[in-house]
Amino acid sequence: MNMEIDLQRRKALKTGGGVGLLALFGALGLLQSGVALAEWNKTAFSAKTMDDALNALGVIVPENGAASIQLSVPEIAENGSVVPVTVASTLADVEQITIFVDKNPNVLAANFTLPKGTEAYITTRVKMGQTANVIALVKAGGKFYRTSKEVKVTAGGCGG
Amino acid sequence: MGNPMKIRAAVKDGVTEVKILMQHEMETGLRKEADGTLVPAWFITEVKAQYQGRTVLETQFGQSVSKNPYLLFRFKGGAAGEKITVSWVDNKGDTRSDEVSIAG
Repeated sequence: MNMEIDLQRRKALKTGGGVGLLALFGALGLLQSGVALAEWNKTAFSAKTMDDALNALGVIVPENGAASIQLSVPEIAENGSVVPVTVASTLADVEQITIFVDKNPNVLAANFTLPKGTEAYITTRVKMGQTANVIALVKAGGKFYRTSKEVKVTAGGCGG
Repeated sequence: MGNPMKIRAAVKDGVTEVKILMQHEMETGLRKEADGTLVPAWFITEVKAQYQGRTVLETQFGQSVSKNPYLLFRFKGGAAGEKITVSWVDNKGDTRSDEVSIAG
């Protein structure tokens, strides 16, 4: 009985610590995005989950971007090591485009900062270890929007 | 010093389209050699594109970007003959910078 309580207490402590850490990462992310563009965001690029990555980028709750973001990915990727991704947006004042692969060991793939005059249209290629969602995050007018599409991977891109 | 990039830039209807192909292994740090030893992470972390000295794209890459990274973007303005400079830096501190003229 006592042991049961002790275990629960430990779990609570562990969870509490995790939340505190996330909040700290979030704060760091906010600071970084405000201060310097040039600094590589190690916390965000090391994130293992979407929640951690979004926190590290200072994203609170992104709005649904299904209508305002055009995400082009293949439905099926025969070669997971080279998956083309195009993100475009009809939103005004797009400042940032971010690409994630939710089942990769590091979920954040690339982050683009677009100065005024650069169009909201980016193409790149990413590695995918397995069938997963490619997620596009767009920051426009200070707000975040998000959309995603599943890519079925028949041969992963992270093997030997 | 890294291997040279292939860059193409062309202006059409007042918009310049830039295509960049970098040469880089983009090792994730998770791949193992046949003997089981881990291949250390080695990947481009930042790419910057400049038009006449003005930044037109700032990029941060992670390990999930494919080997020999490809990038396409567009910006308003640009004229034939003007310069586009692209430079990258990787996690080992290696850098590479290449310049191309915008085609008409």
